[in-house]
Amino acid sequence: MVELLQLLVAGVSLGCVYALVALGFVLIYKATETVNFAQGDLMMLGAFFALTASVMMGWPYWATILFAIACMAAVGMLIERLVLRPVLGQPAFTVVMITIGVGYVLRGAVTMVPGWGTETYQIPTPFADEVWRLGGVILPVQQLMAITMTAALCAALYFFFRRSKLGVAMQATSQNQLAAYYMGIPVRRVNMMIWGLSAGVAAFAGILLAPVTFVHSNMGFIGLKAFPAAVVGGFGSVPGAIVGGLIIGLVEALAGFYLPEGFKDVAAYVVVLVVLLVWPSGIFGDTGKKKV
Amino acid sequence: MRFIFKTDYAQDIRLFKHGGQVFWYGLLMLALLAAPWWAGEYVMSQLHFILIYSIVGFGLMMLTGFTGQVSLGHAAFLAVGAYTEALLQAAGMPFLVSITCAALFAAIAGLIVGLPALRLKGIYLAIATLAFNVIVEEIITRWHGLTGGNEGKHVKPVQLLGWTLDSDEAFYYLCLALTVLCCLACVNLLRSPTGRAFVAIRDSEISASCMGVNPAQYKTLAFAFSAALTGVGGALYAHKIAFISPEQFTLFQSIELITIVILGGIGFLHGAVLGAAFIIVLPQLLSIAKGYLPEGMAPGGLQAVVFGLILILFIIFEPLGLYGRWLKIRTYFELFPFYRRGMFRRQKSYMKSERLR
Repeated sequence: MVELLQLLVAGVSLGCVYALVALGFVLIYKATETVNFAQGDLMMLGAFFALTASVMMGWPYWATILFAIACMAAVGMLIERLVLRPVLGQPAFTVVMITIGVGYVLRGAVTMVPGWGTETYQIPTPFADEVWRLGGVILPVQQLMAITMTAALCAALYFFFRRSKLGVAMQATSQNQLAAYYMGIPVRRVNMMIWGLSAGVAAFAGILLAPVTFVHSNMGFIGLKAFPAAVVGGFGSVPGAIVGGLIIGLVEALAGFYLPEGFKDVAAYVVVLVVLLVWPSGIFGDTGKKKV
Repeated sequence: MRFIFKTDYAQDIRLFKHGGQVFWYGLLMLALLAAPWWAGEYVMSQLHFILIYSIVGFGLMMLTGFTGQVSLGHAAFLAVGAYTEALLQAAGMPFLVSITCAALFAAIAGLIVGLPALRLKGIYLAIATLAFNVIVEEIITRWHGLTGGNEGKHVKPVQLLGWTLDSDEAFYYLCLALTVLCCLACVNLLRSPTGRAFVAIRDSEISASCMGVNPAQYKTLAFAFSAALTGVGGALYAHKIAFISPEQFTLFQSIELITIVILGGIGFLHGAVLGAAFIIVLPQLLSIAKGYLPEGMAPGGLQAVVFGLILILFIIFEPLGLYGRWLKIRTYFELFPFYRRGMFRRQKSYMKSERLR
């Protein structure tokens, strides 16, 4: 029982990181209806910015987080302006390929920056080795922090999309670009902001992930695990991303323990295939019928 | 400028539209047949790869370029083809049987992937194929008894009707013959009702089904056909590399394969060949460029950066790919001096939501 609880906590905290990366996918998908394959690499870049601030400049942890998020928001907006705006309104698959290209560039560029390179680094955190004991269950503060921070961020984003003018504008843009133009929404600027927001979330995920996988140029591949998370929840649904992330995290933690070796790595993908067979657009996906 | 006066419907679906095409394709064929005489050992080896990737490119082009279905999992079909060939050859099957089986098994895998494709669209389909790729890769790694797992598997040269094709030239002619066969199969399929149904589905699924095309049937068929070609490519790939292991069939291989189609030009069979040539030649050019890098920079990064940049720049500035560029150049000379810059310009379009379908 204790064992199971332990696994659940580990699964949930890993799931939170997946959920954050998935949230980045969902944000961009919600506003621009493109899937950003570079999300994992944005996360990696965010972690490297955090690394620069904390190790090389010696800033405190909270300042590191703010610095990384600010840098990544700028990078995200820059990417939107330079690369994605020229293909605004093109078929979704074109844009997907472009984001794959962006991912390659980011991954390669990081290895060429002096001081970053191909080595593996660690970001010191203030609560690295602290644990709480609850009954027999050991709760690392690190994991609890990841869960709390994710929950707080999700709540903020949920209200942002529900209540704020900009959030509603973003949703409108995603549902019908042309109609959004007619309603006076500056579609391009909204797109740029959403890229900044999404890259900021990615940086946050990168910082949370850093103690688990350490910081290296290939840590962005975890983005490939976050896809299933986003798909399971249904692209375009913020609560869906969270639920999807948690499902994938839990399934992976449990599969790693109870199933033979090898199942852990594919568990996420098996889950996504099964979910897609039952719900073709994810659990919380919103699809309507198109009128001819 | 050539104007073809059509007097017969059969002219619309002729293999060669006019004498010029016969001449140029004939010349290309002659040049390729004579390759062992004009190409050195190194160039020959590159030609093998270009031909093999062209076959895979044809397969992917039929699916993505002509049926409009996205696949990020073609490396899985490549793996199925390669491992089928390797295992059947080891079991003593003749090459003609084993390569047919490679195509067949890959096609069956394609059918399996095609089934969810009937319900999935766009990005969900891409993710489903991606998931399929990861699962196949993991199965190959774990099924140690059959595939040799991570240690990989050695593949012997082709045994065709009693000959051992272990020389570069012999293998080259085999690749060339299969490439031409696959190309003809694609061209013929495209001018048949089936091919036109594919294109109809790509352009509008709703209109296609209104015209009596059954999207489910044709999408599955497209997946199976595409996978079969990829399987043939995979079988040849196994013989070319002579050693196959799971890390050759990762998601990155799939991305590279889809890049062939994108860079070559989506919707043109020529594009598959041009894209394949480009993908093969690019690393060679890069390895030359690496010599000029400043000290201390990781050369591995350069390749990724250049690859990514090329992909981005192509999509932004030349969405029709290499073949599109060639079309533009040709039109420029055909119409000289009346070519306008806007002739191939994309229309301004507004994104249509895929969420409503």
